[in-house]
Amino acid sequence: MQATHAPEHGHGPPGGLMRWVTTTNHKDIGTLYLWFAGVMFFVAGSMAMLIRAELFQPGLQLVQPEVFNQLTTLHGLIMIFGVIMPAFTGFANWQVPLMIGAPDMAFPRMNNWSFWLLPVAAAFLVGSTLLPGGAVAGGWTMYPPLFIQGGISYDLTIFAVHIMGASSIMGAINIITTILNMRAPGMGMMKLPLFVWTWLITAFLLIAVMPVLAGAVTMLLTDRNFGTHFFDAAGGGDPVLFQHVFWFFGHPEVYILILPAFGIISTILPTFARKPLFGYASMVYATASIAILSFLVWAHHMFTVGLPAGAQLFFMYATMLIAVPTGVKVFNWVATLWRGSMTFETPMLFAVAFVCLFTIGGFSGLVLAMAPVDIQLHDTYYVVAHFHYVLVSGALFSIYAGVYYWLPKWTGHMYDERLGRWHFWLSAISFNVLFFPQHFLGLAGMPRRIPDYALQFADFNRISSIGGFVFGASQILLLIVIVKCIRGGARAEARAWEGAQGLEWTVPSPAPYHTFLEPDVAERHLSPPLPQAGGPPSGDEGRGEGYAPELR
Amino acid sequence: MSAQGHGYYLPAPSHWPIVGSGALLGLALGATLLIHGVAGGGWLLAAGAALLVWMLFGWFGTVIRENERGLFNLRVDASYRWGMGWFIFSEVMFFAAFFGALFYTRTISVPDLASADQQLLWPGYAGGWPTSGPGLEDPFTPMAAWGIPALNTLILLSSGATVTWAHWGLKRGRRRQLILGLALTLALGAAFLGLQAYEYRHAYSELGLTLGAGVYGATFFMLTGFHGLHVTVGAILLAVMLARALAGHFTPERHFAFEAASWYWHFVDVVWLGLFVFVYWL
Repeated sequence: MQATHAPEHGHGPPGGLMRWVTTTNHKDIGTLYLWFAGVMFFVAGSMAMLIRAELFQPGLQLVQPEVFNQLTTLHGLIMIFGVIMPAFTGFANWQVPLMIGAPDMAFPRMNNWSFWLLPVAAAFLVGSTLLPGGAVAGGWTMYPPLFIQGGISYDLTIFAVHIMGASSIMGAINIITTILNMRAPGMGMMKLPLFVWTWLITAFLLIAVMPVLAGAVTMLLTDRNFGTHFFDAAGGGDPVLFQHVFWFFGHPEVYILILPAFGIISTILPTFARKPLFGYASMVYATASIAILSFLVWAHHMFTVGLPAGAQLFFMYATMLIAVPTGVKVFNWVATLWRGSMTFETPMLFAVAFVCLFTIGGFSGLVLAMAPVDIQLHDTYYVVAHFHYVLVSGALFSIYAGVYYWLPKWTGHMYDERLGRWHFWLSAISFNVLFFPQHFLGLAGMPRRIPDYALQFADFNRISSIGGFVFGASQILLLIVIVKCIRGGARAEARAWEGAQGLEWTVPSPAPYHTFLEPDVAERHLSPPLPQAGGPPSGDEGRGEGYAPELR
Repeated sequence: MSAQGHGYYLPAPSHWPIVGSGALLGLALGATLLIHGVAGGGWLLAAGAALLVWMLFGWFGTVIRENERGLFNLRVDASYRWGMGWFIFSEVMFFAAFFGALFYTRTISVPDLASADQQLLWPGYAGGWPTSGPGLEDPFTPMAAWGIPALNTLILLSSGATVTWAHWGLKRGRRRQLILGLALTLALGAAFLGLQAYEYRHAYSELGLTLGAGVYGATFFMLTGFHGLHVTVGAILLAVMLARALAGHFTPERHFAFEAASWYWHFVDVVWLGLFVFVYWL
């Protein structure tokens, strides 16, 4: 697809700070998203360090219980909305146009706004710690009636959620429109790189459920300030209503946090196994199935609120059903590696660790899906261990893998492989020291979100805290690797990795400020079909669904 | 660089997004401070609103001028179509949250409060709908469906017809029909909003039906209130389309802004039908 610039628009970026404030370039905005996620990662990570320090031994040491609750709440909110989601959106901004041969995102100005709303919301969340009464302390899930009772920072947090929601919806509309409308000629839907497919489905989930979250927190706002009784039994309402609305958002949100990770891993494994991805089509269908099922399982977060047995059974079995498409994915990843000529550069190390550790998180999820078991384990450290296995060794490790994988394309330099491996091994080992014992703590009955605990939990908590400190400190290595890579290093070739497939590797490294302004560039590289696609079904050859030549 | 009008238009760097972020910062922080009675909250809120209006004029003005200069090709047009469609879908899901709250309350939480399980906690509560719950004392009268709401249904459905009639005029190059149709639609929209305002006053002053009237009042005012807000936004969109029609914008072939506004108008129309059936009637 050809591209036309605004007449006043030069080839290079404008200089100074205003470049970043006013930019409409997908690569600039992707960079902003990634740096924002990085900064917020260290903010929320420091909170985690404080949490683990407090839990290092029984009794109250460092922080008061109210502050502890603020730390766990903000850690969750910021890690989800300020780190994982912006990081994946950063990847989407950088890679989706490069991967589909589009000149930019469909709505470049709205793209800028999607990003620049995030610092506002982050300022609300972090700044609310300074307000009277401190920051929100009701848990990231914001359940009433507790959340109704807090002070001024609770309202500020509600508005922060609104603003982050607006940012996510606009970002998702941009991504979905880019993928559906701006593919290069010949880039049919079943030739899309899997990262693009997973983001297409993620964007759909975002558009479907972020407004529901906005509705839920709006009801909180009016219950708090304007006298409504949505969640107040005296007025005929029900606090459990909030949980239903929240988790109708919350469960698809879980897949919003992991589907792009699946896409990244499905890109990296074939590169370093030097084999096409096994079962491309089944990967696409599995992703779509997971997304559809995600709308039907929300009440498995609510097995202890007194649901009728029939509802518990439905949500239990529906949840277990998700293991089927997820199993298809894990099978395909392993089959991709099978008899591949593998090498283990840092992206591959993180990707392989993802497959192993995410699967452990998936299994503990299956355990929790069983209603009778969940009633025992609800709100214990088993749950904390479960969702950190899927979010840290799942989502976060995939982000690390993606950063190492695409850094050469972004900076034009190879990163320091030795430091990268140190970062990997320290992270992978300390992560397990940190979170694996929490399974035992949860099974033994230690509740989450409590700053103190009974003596019998002391040993595992100490081990977990030591793992936490090592994990936290190891992440500074990542920062060093990235800064070093930006400042210099071995020059990266256009195809930085020998086995890498896809359009992004046909442009120079670093990727020029503007790419794919002319359509035929993409077309040339698209035939023969992308090897990564594993060869499309024969009927699809060259059909280029969704592409109308006369629109060019 | 390709010739103008043939490629996908990539806009120059823009300051409007950061103005919009400043606007939302002012609106959200101002509202929070205002709610908590902190001095200056109202001013901050007003400043945020002013910034937002300035941003909307500036940003949409820029897009309209670019379009009039012929910078948008059919591919850009298709992007706007996808974008508007997904935006409306997100709006549908926003209303779904509140409809979900209504259905849940009516079918699950209110019957549960009236069940034998709750007799100890809420003795003598009979449940049923409408209700302000077992713990509130002030009586209220629910809004009847077959007065103003039925009239409003007629008005909104007619406005859907007039906007389609305006669209036919535009597609056949009959500008007077376009302008007349838009003006009629706007008048019907204004009539709807006026009647809603009258109904709200009636509810507050005579029926004892307020936002605080239990879960009935909450779902009634939040659903109809957000709908009214969306009618207002739709009317503003249509007013801009009327101004552009008078200024000679749009061709029989290329007029997606008009279509987007009318999609939005039909969307608020459909939401109203849901409201009429589930909030007023049943």
